[in-house]
Amino acid sequence: MTDARYRDGMRVMLPLMPAIVAFGASFGVLARAAGIDSLAALVMSATTFAGSAQFAVVSVLGAGGTAAAAIGAAVLLNARYAPMALAASGAFRGGPLRRLLEAQLLVDESWALSSRGGRFDRKLLLGAGGILYVGWNAGTAIGVLAGDRLTDPATLGLDAAFPALFLALLAPLVRSGGRNPVAAAVMGAGIALALTPITPAGVPVIAATAACLVGLIGPPRDAAPGRLAQEASS
Amino acid sequence: MNAVWICVIVVGMATMLVKAGGPVLAAGRELPQGAGRVVDLLAPALLAALVATQAFASDEAIVLDERAAGVLAGAAAILLRAPLLVVVLVAAATAAGLRVIS
Repeated sequence: MTDARYRDGMRVMLPLMPAIVAFGASFGVLARAAGIDSLAALVMSATTFAGSAQFAVVSVLGAGGTAAAAIGAAVLLNARYAPMALAASGAFRGGPLRRLLEAQLLVDESWALSSRGGRFDRKLLLGAGGILYVGWNAGTAIGVLAGDRLTDPATLGLDAAFPALFLALLAPLVRSGGRNPVAAAVMGAGIALALTPITPAGVPVIAATAACLVGLIGPPRDAAPGRLAQEASS
Repeated sequence: MNAVWICVIVVGMATMLVKAGGPVLAAGRELPQGAGRVVDLLAPALLAALVATQAFASDEAIVLDERAAGVLAGAAAILLRAPLLVVVLVAAATAAGLRVIS
């Protein structure tokens, strides 16, 4: 029997599953169109499990770029997971191998969902990450099998679904946390947008982490659980 | 080995190590006090950066298109305290609807 908090993580991610499957499918379609064989696309979704980096590899290779350029772009895009995983490191349990494996379920969505006022809920993270993992890989399989018979996810507006989700996850942090989270959010967005035209993709988001240094200014704030963490525990 | 498989293996291993680095190396240690206050703000800073880039960035250009309008509609739903499912649906439906019209 699954622990209730794993299920909570899965339940909160359910609304997103159509979008996740559709994006996984579009990765599969684009990978095939770029001349990447089906097995490589499936292995990549199972091991990398990070949409933006996988799309970057496909687009660089599809445009005739070198492996080094594709790897560079993907690693830059995924570098944000280093500070995110460090922040969540207290949530993981057990020995190095178990930690290494469980940490693979950390993606933007599961990380944001399981954040509770600076602490991270391991079961929420694994539940949410687990169902996202299933959806992403199932989507990739659908994509490589169906080829270009599928609709472009943009036609369904799914490209707007993810930023809207992140905004919904951001809102309770900004609402309940006083001045510093607001400053961090505004600066984070400002840094990212300012760097977008002048740096390669991936750099703006990593550079935006510098905004969290405003935490060193002013009195400490009380930790408050996010709205979604509350939603998940209700 | 061809370029595709080199990318699949190197990117896969690099991503796994990046994700596992903190959880494996910081195992059983508490972050120092000042670090906690900084780490608390990683979530708002990173989420805002993800929202900004995913709503307005297209490669290395800033674009205001149907996607941004969809996110704006999602923001309105958030202000009205709509549940997550509604927020996501409003954003997607707005972007899709505007693409049909234009």
